[in-house]
Amino acid sequence: MTHLIEVEGVSKAFGGVIANNAITMSVEKGSITGLIGPNGSGKTTLFNSIVGFHPIDDGSIRFRGQEISRLRVPQIARLGLLRTFQQTRIFKKLNCVDNMYAALSHREGHFAGMFAKKSGEAEERAEHLLDFVGLYQKRKLRAGDLSFGQQKLLEFAMAVMNEPEVLLLDEPTAGINPTLINGLIDRLRLANEQFGLTLFVIEHNMRVIMNLAQHIYCLAHGELLADGSPRELQEDQRVIDAYLGAH
Amino acid sequence: MAPSETASQARVGLGMPAWLKSSSDGWTLFFMLALVCLCLVAISENARNNLTILEVAWQQNIQLLLDGLFIGAIFAFAAYGLALVWGVMNVKNLCQGEYVIMGGYISYCMYANGIHPFFGFPVAIVLMFGFGWLMYFLVIKRVIDRDLFTSLLATFGIAIVLQQGLNLIFGPEVQTARSGLPTATITIGGGSFTFAWIKLAAFLMCGADAGRLALVIVLFMKRSRMGQAIRATAQDPRAARVMGIDTGKVYAFTYSLNAAICGAAGVLIAMIWVIQPFYGITHSIRSFVVVTAAGFGNLPGVITAGLGLGVAEQYSGFVLGADFQQATVVGLLLLVLIWRQIVENKYRRVVE
Amino acid sequence: MLKDKIERPGYLLIAVLGLIAPMVFPAYVQQIAMLWIMIVFALTWDAMGGQMGYNSLGNIFFFGAGMYMAAVAQIWPWYDVGEYTDPAGALKTSFTIGQYFTGLALGIVMAAVGSVILAVLFGLIVFGLRGPYFAIGTLGIAIAAGELIGAWDWVGGGGGIRLPVFPSGTDADPLFRVPFGAITSADLQGIFFYWACFLLAAATFFFFRWLYTTRFGLMLNAIRDDETKSEALGIRTTLYKTIAWSMSAFFLGISGALFGNIIGFIEPLEVAFPTVTFGIFMVLMALLGGKGTLWGPVIGATLFHVIKEVTWTHLLGWQWVVLGLLIVLTVVFFQQGIVGWIQERRPEWFGIGVDRGTAGQQADAAGKIAR
Repeated sequence: MTHLIEVEGVSKAFGGVIANNAITMSVEKGSITGLIGPNGSGKTTLFNSIVGFHPIDDGSIRFRGQEISRLRVPQIARLGLLRTFQQTRIFKKLNCVDNMYAALSHREGHFAGMFAKKSGEAEERAEHLLDFVGLYQKRKLRAGDLSFGQQKLLEFAMAVMNEPEVLLLDEPTAGINPTLINGLIDRLRLANEQFGLTLFVIEHNMRVIMNLAQHIYCLAHGELLADGSPRELQEDQRVIDAYLGAH
Repeated sequence: MAPSETASQARVGLGMPAWLKSSSDGWTLFFMLALVCLCLVAISENARNNLTILEVAWQQNIQLLLDGLFIGAIFAFAAYGLALVWGVMNVKNLCQGEYVIMGGYISYCMYANGIHPFFGFPVAIVLMFGFGWLMYFLVIKRVIDRDLFTSLLATFGIAIVLQQGLNLIFGPEVQTARSGLPTATITIGGGSFTFAWIKLAAFLMCGADAGRLALVIVLFMKRSRMGQAIRATAQDPRAARVMGIDTGKVYAFTYSLNAAICGAAGVLIAMIWVIQPFYGITHSIRSFVVVTAAGFGNLPGVITAGLGLGVAEQYSGFVLGADFQQATVVGLLLLVLIWRQIVENKYRRVVE
Repeated sequence: MLKDKIERPGYLLIAVLGLIAPMVFPAYVQQIAMLWIMIVFALTWDAMGGQMGYNSLGNIFFFGAGMYMAAVAQIWPWYDVGEYTDPAGALKTSFTIGQYFTGLALGIVMAAVGSVILAVLFGLIVFGLRGPYFAIGTLGIAIAAGELIGAWDWVGGGGGIRLPVFPSGTDADPLFRVPFGAITSADLQGIFFYWACFLLAAATFFFFRWLYTTRFGLMLNAIRDDETKSEALGIRTTLYKTIAWSMSAFFLGISGALFGNIIGFIEPLEVAFPTVTFGIFMVLMALLGGKGTLWGPVIGATLFHVIKEVTWTHLLGWQWVVLGLLIVLTVVFFQQGIVGWIQERRPEWFGIGVDRGTAGQQADAAGKIAR
């Protein structure tokens, strides 16, 4: 197994608040890795640090052995490290198919490609991916007119469309109704198995993350509290204390 | 390479030139300013001559500094109004300068009718408060929830209506409302500078008013129901609305207060400087320069930036010539915006 | 579809009307030429403001910059520019037909290329700004340009530049003889620049029409809807923004070069960098027609220009007040514009709606994605 993402001693403070303190972790290629922790424990901050949303104060972040902590968001995304947002972000005035087009990979940077027409092949892929998340019939609707859950599914489909190597999902099931959650988990697992997509998931829903992930990291108060398999974490007294509020 | 070395490099090496990394943000701005000034001076013989005058007749510096501070105090005054509206309502008010000019014309009208322009203060404050209220209910109320460009464009539209309306009523001539206060010429070390009492009076009044205003506002914000409502609305209008605060009233009051502050500033401008229907846009840009440099909700910053802007304008007017006055204001705006971008870029953010 | 049926005849009709307009309405050649320039204004503003969501208040900068660069390029090969623009006017000038048209061609190329270079340079200092800051920053650039040109004696300063006169020999030159019967060179100038403006407007329209069907157009929309998301997807946002601005600048620069030659005399504040007239017209026309659509700016510009030309002189000095009121009213009550309003009423005309068709089995679909 190779480490795709290696986070080493990463710290990040906002003003006086230390959001992340010397966090070290790694994500293996082809795995589904989970990241849990109580509210305000620094999970999203860590995600933002990895994808280059803000500069980090200390430490190093490597993707496929390459140092990326000095790169900006679009550069990192083009390397194949993509994220979705906690507050779902899609292109609200475009229809679903155009949203998918916009998500097409920008890795090859040739000039002519910028002015290419929409290709039939890409359209087919977009429509099949929309079908994959159950949005085929709504593909000509404006994305902003979709329900919140559907927007989440669209954002996931867009991320898959981009063909990244790793996908960082920030609370993929938040705000989705329970019946849809099962469908989403199936699709996440399918994407992982069939397309070899490595997933790194922040999740509050314990049932979801314990079923999905092979390895889980737990943060509390900006520090790495524990890591291990779902079973190990479920029995870890420190994790239970962190969630039940013991300090 | 050891990981810790990589890390420390990652922290400082954000694509900034070495000389910028060690300097604080304010110095960056100062540096850019000095560089631009040097470039302008280097290419213009006229400017070099004027600089020599400043060196030889050093008393001129006192004159420029005093005039700059006097004028700058008024800029800070109007900018404070903008910061208030910007912070509380998130409206970028582009007709700020027109309110100033309107206040100026109110005092000019009184002067033209034989009333001392000092009495313009209460009249301008009351009238402009009412006018702000009217504008709020006619226009601002309807754009406040829309995107920011909408409010910017709507206020720009108001600005055009007002400046053209003033032009139709008063004509395009430059006007001033003379206060009748004497000037004194002071001689130091063989050189002399003139000292207009009205300017000092305006400065003190601005200072006193700003102080009094600050005191009143601090008390008002802390103690009164309305003040608490304004603070709550500034933080989260939706939550404030849910808690039963009439945010519409808060907005109306804030906007009217801003118009009144601008009106008062205009009375001073008319007395110590000149007014003209189309000078409003420059005043608006001045307010933007000050607020962009200082940030809203930062009263000391607004005052410092306002005074600094006044002095910078006086110096550039003297060294580069009066033709460059508006260019100086706009140039400062661009410099401040570039500076903000450099600072934000360090944190991988944009200016928004 | 209705669209396919009316599209071709529609374009043909507009093309024919546009070409023969100077013969049918010889008295209004300049006004109609102005209409084409207004359409260029609205289209280029909309590419930024409507399609990309970057509301510039200073696009007029490229109009003026193009105008001045063209003027310099028209004079510079034959005369010393400083002497030519000297207010004392000691220099006697006359341009032969060859000199005039070589200069004009050079001027248009300079205006286009120079504006693009300026757009790239100024892109460096404005594209870290968002929303209102961008609007005010660009406004600042346009105002500063007007002020600085006004203080620059080499290009005539506040006194402006008198451009080369359309050569009087052209009416006798067989190359320019047009089927109008007897015609003066002044009329010929009007018609020549009319067609140039018409060509420019058509080129601008079809260029952006093509652009919006490409991936590039989609990227502009993506940046408008959510720039943070665009960056997170790896889109080179700064590159796209700079290129889009350069495109606007390209056409605006040429329009400035043409406008300067139509007017014959240029000066910095009223003609070249009129931020509160043409500069704000651009925004108003695009908003009026419906921003973010292809036809919106064209319709808005036509409507605004016609209303303006018909009513302006009857308003007796109140026209600028009316302009301000129009801005406020449009922004407050009619922000979606004409095309946007139709789109709200009839979304199906624009292909928006739920598709009841199905796309086969999901398992099948999943197999295909794997490629």
